[in-house]
Amino acid sequence: MTQRDYDDVPGTYVLDSRNYRKGYNLNMFLMTLNKSVHREEFALNEKAYIEKFNVSEAQKQAVINRDYLQLLKLGANVYYTFKLVSHDRLQPQFMYGKMSDPELSFEEFQQMMLSGGRSIEGNRSKKEKQNG
Amino acid sequence: MARIVSGMGTSHVPGIGAALDNGKTDEPYWKPLFAGFEPLRKWHRKHVPDVNIIVFNDHATSFSLDKYSTFTLGVAETFKPADEGWGPRKVPVVQGHPELAWHILEHLIFEEFDMAVAGSLDVDHGLTVPLSIAYDQPIQWPTAVIPLCVNVIQYPQPTALRCYKLGQAIKRAVEKFDQDLTVGIWGTGGLSHQLGGERAGVVNPDFDKDFLNNIVSDPLAITRLTHTDFIREAGCEGIEMIMWNVMRGALNEKVNEVYRFYHIPVSATAYGAMILENT
Repeated sequence: MTQRDYDDVPGTYVLDSRNYRKGYNLNMFLMTLNKSVHREEFALNEKAYIEKFNVSEAQKQAVINRDYLQLLKLGANVYYTFKLVSHDRLQPQFMYGKMSDPELSFEEFQQMMLSGGRSIEGNRSKKEKQNG
Repeated sequence: MARIVSGMGTSHVPGIGAALDNGKTDEPYWKPLFAGFEPLRKWHRKHVPDVNIIVFNDHATSFSLDKYSTFTLGVAETFKPADEGWGPRKVPVVQGHPELAWHILEHLIFEEFDMAVAGSLDVDHGLTVPLSIAYDQPIQWPTAVIPLCVNVIQYPQPTALRCYKLGQAIKRAVEKFDQDLTVGIWGTGGLSHQLGGERAGVVNPDFDKDFLNNIVSDPLAITRLTHTDFIREAGCEGIEMIMWNVMRGALNEKVNEVYRFYHIPVSATAYGAMILENT
């Protein structure tokens, strides 16, 4: 595994070759939700639909559980994960809050942004974050 | 001879389109943002070029992991608003300018920019939201549009310097076109934002302010920013800002800053807009 100089940025998942390869089938499944005919089929039986795409058991469970952070850890990219959020007719801030550490509700995430957003201070590197 | 007359930079957050499409612009959350669009729209009403080249990115809509090109130029007669997962936006179909698009394409390839060609391209919020920001809700868009799609979501994205140089080559191409056309160029995306992961919601107003200052007066400074600079300082999705470099490269060395607007938040994003005129 090639190390990258951005690997020490905390809580960040870059769609590079590592995540590309890990998440290829998962992202390609999410991509199909751009079409209403596929959204309807997915809504009818989520499990049966996902199983067409040769994703891992863990990836399948993360989709069914709407565990967005786990999806990123298993190679999904956030723009593809959006397809699921749109399918569920949720606001994106709902997903952003669920992924946050610590987890935030929609309202809490919205309030953080209205107060100027998450500060970059202490969030540039894992080391900086550890030292507060 | 055709010529580039002005540039606009703007974020392209999908929520802006949704707020407009669903009549929410007077709500307290959206009101300050749409108030900030007013001077920009007033300027656009007085300065309507024949063609706008819109530098934008696709968000897992028309491009995905199976095929992804770094730079793609749209040469179609028309471009439909895309279904991104919640049905297509009900905005006008975008009219292309195949003649100028093909001219630019040929020029760029002979200058060794190996562009991909899109003869059919559904355009997502990356392109339609900037049109809505500039032109509100018209029955049809007032200008022809040449879409220039840049890969900013799949690593490795083009460098900030390459984007700037592409802009410079576009300027030379436009100036060699034998029809008397006025052309605007828009760089879209950014500013600082991160949508995925535990750090979602990170923004960096100091970085954004420096970026906007440099876009005006020291564009070479921002061509030196690396992928990691953007990821670390501007958030994982902040790298969209390299598309502003294409716009800036296509303008003259000296430009007049006509308008600047910065607002936090729009969804999880620091919103930025700027209008530049060639001197």
